[in-house]
Amino acid sequence: MAELVKLTMNGREITAEKGTLLIEAARQNGIEIPSFCYYEGLTLQAACRMCLVEVEKTPKLQVGCTLPVAEGMVVHTESAVVKESRKGTLEFLLTNHPLDCPVCDKGGECELQDMVFRYGAGESRFRERKIHVPEAQWSPVVFYDAPRCILCYRCVRACDEGMGVKALGVANRGAISEIIPNHEDHLECDECGACIDICPVGALTSGTYRYQTRPWEMTHVGTICTHCADGCRTTLGVRNDKIIRGNNRDHSGVNGEFLCVKGRYAFDFVEHPERLQSPMLRSGDQFESISWAHALEIAAKKFSAAKSFGVIGSNHTTNEENYFLAKMARLGLKTENIDHHRTGDLATLFDALSGKAALSGKNDALATTDDLYHAKAILVVGADLSQQHPFLAYQARANFRHHTSHVYTVTTGPVREEAQAAASVRVEKGGELAGVESLRDKLKAEAGLVIVFGDAIQGDALRKLVAFGDSLGMPVKYICLVDYSNSRGAFDMGVVPKNGGLSLQQMLAADLDVLWVVGANPLKNATMSPKSFLVVQDLFMTETARHADLVLPAASAYEKTGTVTNVCGEAQKLKHAVKVMGTKTDLEIMGLIAKEMKLDLGIWLPEKVFEEIRKNIHGYDVSKAVLDLGAVTTAPLNGRVAALPGLIKSSGDTLFTSGSLTKYSKILNEVMESPGVLYRGQGPGARGQ
Amino acid sequence: MPKKLYNEPSPLETRIVSKRFGLENSESIEVYLANEGFAAFKKAKEMTREAIIDEVKLSSLRGRGGAGFPTGLKWSFVPHTSPKPRVIVVNADESEPGTCKDRLLMEYDPHQMIEGILIASLVVEAHVGYVYVRGEYRYLIEVIDRAIAEAYAKGYLGKNIAGTGWDFDLYTHSGAGAYECGEETALLDSLEGKRGIPRMKPPFPAVAGAWALPTLLNNVETFSAIPPIIRDGGKAFLDLGIPKAGGTRLVCISGHVNKPGVYELPLGYPMMKAINEVAGGIPNGKKLKAVVPGGSSCPLLKADECDINMDYDSLAKIGSMLGSGGMVVLDETTDMVKFALRIMRFYAHESCGWCIPCREGTTWLKKILERFNAGHGRHEDIALLGELSKNMLGRTFCALGDAAALPTISIVEKFAEDFEKRLSRELVAV
Repeated sequence: MAELVKLTMNGREITAEKGTLLIEAARQNGIEIPSFCYYEGLTLQAACRMCLVEVEKTPKLQVGCTLPVAEGMVVHTESAVVKESRKGTLEFLLTNHPLDCPVCDKGGECELQDMVFRYGAGESRFRERKIHVPEAQWSPVVFYDAPRCILCYRCVRACDEGMGVKALGVANRGAISEIIPNHEDHLECDECGACIDICPVGALTSGTYRYQTRPWEMTHVGTICTHCADGCRTTLGVRNDKIIRGNNRDHSGVNGEFLCVKGRYAFDFVEHPERLQSPMLRSGDQFESISWAHALEIAAKKFSAAKSFGVIGSNHTTNEENYFLAKMARLGLKTENIDHHRTGDLATLFDALSGKAALSGKNDALATTDDLYHAKAILVVGADLSQQHPFLAYQARANFRHHTSHVYTVTTGPVREEAQAAASVRVEKGGELAGVESLRDKLKAEAGLVIVFGDAIQGDALRKLVAFGDSLGMPVKYICLVDYSNSRGAFDMGVVPKNGGLSLQQMLAADLDVLWVVGANPLKNATMSPKSFLVVQDLFMTETARHADLVLPAASAYEKTGTVTNVCGEAQKLKHAVKVMGTKTDLEIMGLIAKEMKLDLGIWLPEKVFEEIRKNIHGYDVSKAVLDLGAVTTAPLNGRVAALPGLIKSSGDTLFTSGSLTKYSKILNEVMESPGVLYRGQGPGARGQ
Repeated sequence: MPKKLYNEPSPLETRIVSKRFGLENSESIEVYLANEGFAAFKKAKEMTREAIIDEVKLSSLRGRGGAGFPTGLKWSFVPHTSPKPRVIVVNADESEPGTCKDRLLMEYDPHQMIEGILIASLVVEAHVGYVYVRGEYRYLIEVIDRAIAEAYAKGYLGKNIAGTGWDFDLYTHSGAGAYECGEETALLDSLEGKRGIPRMKPPFPAVAGAWALPTLLNNVETFSAIPPIIRDGGKAFLDLGIPKAGGTRLVCISGHVNKPGVYELPLGYPMMKAINEVAGGIPNGKKLKAVVPGGSSCPLLKADECDINMDYDSLAKIGSMLGSGGMVVLDETTDMVKFALRIMRFYAHESCGWCIPCREGTTWLKKILERFNAGHGRHEDIALLGELSKNMLGRTFCALGDAAALPTISIVEKFAEDFEKRLSRELVAV
């Protein structure tokens, strides 16, 4: 426990840890010291002067955001002189502010509005001409309106410190100072929009949201992003059954402050014009729209008659859907031929770790996203975290900034993490283990380690990596990178062949009577036996759906409830945001087919299925109360699943792609077409696409 | 050939730091060496660092950049045993309106400054130094670079200086034309190649300055005063001035005087004597109206306040400052609205924009004064000018906000009638 000091604030004696900043000590005791530029976790600026407070025995007002508490300090945060100072500063701030609140996107959730309402003057004494600068578009998704900017430099720091990108800077001086992109007139960045989120006013606005609505006209649905496997919470602003914006409104997810371009903007696939809204039946080379009743009848008839079956599950559907699919396959359809596109070798990792306390429920060999923030050292093997797992990269970066952790990288190409690395090793593909071995002495000196590895490490190599971890003689945790929002959940829920069932690749090659593909696109880069009757549930006419005999329009993750498990095994709840006419959730489709087949698989409500998951899936007996509020860490058991060395393959998505969904997100495509080397896959670490 | 001086020296001067001004080729190392040059460095090399600091403390030398911080004390703050190398930085970003002395010291006698730097390097055990020259003084960089090259050639810079075994390298660095970069931490950011904005203190430059290394930062005149102090002893320098403010300083007298110029006067010199005798009095028999005592950042003195001695305490007592030595004399014809506008234009132009009160406050004040000067002043503007200045005062990140607020407050309070007259249009803008 750190040393405590006593001080008096507004006549009340309070205690705070030595070294705490005055502004934080006040917050901890329920006293607000207002500020614009102070932002927890970012470097101190002392620029906005809103946090000036009176400290007895000092000649002038003191800066609350940079002054550490001291024993016996007597502080006044609400004295007349302090109030006068805040009022004066806000009056200055409004002199060149356009006060266009009625049309400003930020109106209603603007810190400047709140601050003026609470601390400002009722009327303005400013009679002069305001400085006006036209607004600028920096990228498809970022606009900057300089007159609204209060120059708190939060965006500059969020980009530099938080993202490690340094895309923003300051130009000019005095009253015409403004934020500018560091690269000519456009952003060379991740387009993550963190600058927009962190902007206290309406200076930085989102290209997809601006002038669409007022914030209070939306309902705000906190759900989990459906793109990569990091499981970031994104808050969808919904009006009239339409998603208007995505942002990180309440910072309540595992991702804290973080959200990337996909979580923020790439919800637009939901209303893409090619979205399937009616079941389709093949008729020769054509598809014809049919009713749901007819479609379910055909599916049930085909399923009931099939002698051989193949089931391919999804990386994007919920745990409940994957669980129900696995249950239906095994108990209803009596087949072990069930698999999904596996993007990381979870099977071998769990097997290699089994026997250790790790997977007996304590889960101390599988790292959480929070572990990545607190780890003393992090080893990244064969992965480009900033491109493929931007939130994990953010955690590692924040850890380095706040705790000076040591980062080590072993990669085939340049990665952003190298900028902070204590040591970096470049290897040829396949040389990753040798690269790790070359770091042995350095790693041995660490107090603990989290090893993050991609699909380059699988099968025997993975067992060797775990043996290497064991040999270091320190607590080592692992993160096996997988690609998509519920890749981990699909594995945990048993959407994998056991007891001699066929793998995905084998199913495609086999002459099965029926192949049922739920939310996957296995034919994107493969072919299948033409003899199978193919039933596909999906959002779009994917390469796989085009080969189908029956296509059932499914709801996306933003249109359903349920749970998903991220790359670190943290289960979180999806919340239903909108409904797309004609679609059904995969769970409902499965339930209705089962009903049509007269199978008794129980109720298919997500809550009921989750009850079953809690009972039947090891490590998922989690607290529902905690799950309701945020994320719970699961601890699955190795299911003795065949490891399929060589067939596990990451899709190699970049920051701006998301598998089959990429094509249907207009905004991701716009970003990739805009100027900026990062998008084209020539920037550091980009993998092309 | 004797250099033509910008102004004739006055017989009333006490020429210590400026004593080589006017000598033929005074900027050359030969002339410097022939006139006691580098004798102080050689003497200092034989002294302990504590003894050097003691001499400087004894001299009562205070920083000549404007803040007047005791130099000996500042030197003692630099951790000379730090495992990090120490750096010496010379603040030659002389930008305070009314101040033009450092440029003469660099132009006429650059080697004296170099010798001062070398002596300081012994104290803080530094082996590298940078002269940060204001952007507008680009032509002086050539002069200093030439002096540095001469010093290297004669063995007064580089390895084994003057056979003493001491190594020191000196470089010039040009600013880009920002008043703010005269603030020592903004200067350091600029020196590092960053945007010139002030840093948070602590840490102070003595502990973490340029490139986060312990840094000794002083003004050109401060460094230039070191060789005479070491050569003749701190006591001799102290005795030139008054007990709490030793020595002489270069006073730049401009404005409504017959003989404007830079004059070296002892601390505690009577202000009226400086105006009337040293600078030749006010032209055309006009009466004195006001004096800016030490650069535009200092509160103005009314004529009846000017009967004082020029030292730190006397000026502090009447609420002003000695500042950087830039004394501007204003006669009775001066329109104080115009004068206030002139200086606020400067501060609004030079505000770095980092903090809200200075960035917005200076611009707002400038706009009110522009409107007032154009004949559209309102009565309530007079009070507003004072109130807005007070809203900046003491609340800005660095001293620039205070520098803009202080003179404005003093003008509005002391010369309110000039503003009143503008309302009734009795005084027409000239």
